[in-house]
Amino acid sequence: MRINDVILQSVTKVVVFIIFTLAIYLFVSGHNNPGGGFVSGLILASAFCLLFLAYDTETIRKGIPIDFKVIAASGAFIVVACGLGSVLFGEAFLYQTFTTYTLPLFGETEFATVTIFETGVALAVVGVVVTIILSISEDV
Amino acid sequence: MNNMIVFPMILPVLTAIFLVFIRKHILIQRWISVIVMLANVGLSIVILLHVQTEGIMRLDFGGWEPPFGILFVADSFSMLLVVTTNIVTVVCLLYAMFSVGKEFEYMFFYSFVLFLIGGVNASFLTGDLFNLFVSFEVMLLASYALIAFGGKKIQLKKSIPYIAINVVSSWIFLVAIAYVYGTLGTLNLAHLSQIIAEEGQTPILTVISILFLIVFSLKSGLLLYQWLPASYSAPPTAIAALFGALLTKVGIYAMFRIFTLLFYHEPQITHMLIGVLAGLTLISGSIGAIASNDIRYIVSYNVIIAVGFILVGLAIGTNTAIEGSIYYIIHDMIVKALLFLIAGTMISLSGSPKMNRMSGLIRNYPILGWLFFIVMLALAGIPPLSGFIGKVLLGKGAIEAGSYVLLALSFISALFVLYSLLRIFMDCFWGETMLSAEDEPPLRKGILFPLIVLGVLTFALGLAPESIATFVIDGAETLVNPSIYIDAIFDQ
Repeated sequence: MRINDVILQSVTKVVVFIIFTLAIYLFVSGHNNPGGGFVSGLILASAFCLLFLAYDTETIRKGIPIDFKVIAASGAFIVVACGLGSVLFGEAFLYQTFTTYTLPLFGETEFATVTIFETGVALAVVGVVVTIILSISEDV
Repeated sequence: MNNMIVFPMILPVLTAIFLVFIRKHILIQRWISVIVMLANVGLSIVILLHVQTEGIMRLDFGGWEPPFGILFVADSFSMLLVVTTNIVTVVCLLYAMFSVGKEFEYMFFYSFVLFLIGGVNASFLTGDLFNLFVSFEVMLLASYALIAFGGKKIQLKKSIPYIAINVVSSWIFLVAIAYVYGTLGTLNLAHLSQIIAEEGQTPILTVISILFLIVFSLKSGLLLYQWLPASYSAPPTAIAALFGALLTKVGIYAMFRIFTLLFYHEPQITHMLIGVLAGLTLISGSIGAIASNDIRYIVSYNVIIAVGFILVGLAIGTNTAIEGSIYYIIHDMIVKALLFLIAGTMISLSGSPKMNRMSGLIRNYPILGWLFFIVMLALAGIPPLSGFIGKVLLGKGAIEAGSYVLLALSFISALFVLYSLLRIFMDCFWGETMLSAEDEPPLRKGILFPLIVLGVLTFALGLAPESIATFVIDGAETLVNPSIYIDAIFDQ
């Protein structure tokens, strides 16, 4: 007999968005404070885990039809390409730079190339963790 | 700043990631990986030539100057190994195209091979102890995937001890690095060398150096090789050839770097210990090589004998001996790849790895037979093949230094190598054919071509050792005089 998990499923629907928001917050704050791509990637992956637990893997995969291996690979690609990008500008491999712009709503905002790098890290982490969890669940 | 020297590492890695996106197009994957590795060969040769004219090159990642940032360093020794690695990889990839089969290729085979090569090249190029660890891990993670490929019972059985032993040794490696950082406060190799030379190699540092010795002995198969023969006999031929040719050499390279650049002040402890270990490896490897009836085990034990032989050069530590070791590493990478490829081909042709199940192969496959004969002579060190010059120089170095025991052991081991391979040659290639000509499976040209390339290379290296002599002499010079390396890192 199937257990009734209405409560878990309804709570998950709300909580997942809170977790996603926390992940994005940590990602953005990671530049000068604790946080960053790796942590936010892990938190994003934990949101996916919660979805997989509350529903089942088939439902979620139907709802989010992405191959997480490709996500991991694109993350890694962004990281390496970001490192190589500096070579194109005649700087040392992995060189990073930043600048500040004044935006209408946010005021003075700092833009750093390391954000691109961190995006890659976050994607790679999400892709790898979810792939691991899915392949373990497939074996059982 | 020389961005060029990051490419031998980054090209394979970038290609490996790219190949994940085109998983379904196996034909494109094959040719992209071969073409990229060929480009890598060309590029590394260019870097090697640059090093001759401009001296040791370095690249500070992100513009952070040593000793604060991490860096890549290219000197003659490391670039020679990078060039050889890339050449061997091209050949193994060509062999893999015709032999591994679609189901492997579909499971990211080429990506993993390229990740492995990225890790190997990074280990040769890094100028920083922690990055050496990271490169080792990149290489090992790819090798875990490659060794467990196919997921058959034998592969799982052989891969679990391999992974366990490597995880343990990586842990010891990390602990040793932490000790170094705790004691000296830096991990940059040149900076470490400078500090150790100024403040002396205190007993604690000698203990740490022995910890490193244990780690690299596990990785390279110096006496602590018990995991090696079983693990190297499990994966498909092309992968086994890459492992046999490259993985132990990375451990050997690390040992050469660490014990010539950092811990060279107490040779009566560290280098004597390396000498004892190398001697014992030669003895036990020789016994292993003649004890088995399984071709895969015999060739794996030949890897171990070569490890012992190369490290005799480090134990002696004179300029000539180290030159001999460098020659021998390059020779061994090429010839071991060839030996593993031939052994794998023999097994796939006859359907069994046991020697007594094969006979008279030379009647139907003459080229394979003669190639095996060439490999055998090359490994025994007979001129004009590539093993000769390394053995001569190493012997000369041993006589100069008066290490007659190591000299005797290393030359007697050559007889055991010859005997173990001669046994394969006589049992498997001579004698009556077990099958008639039409029953024998045909040997495809695509499989034979890579073998011939390596065969030609061993001849070329044996006939014209002067072609790489300047690089080898320069490499040995840098290893023997750490100040050259340090000056290259810290001058502006």
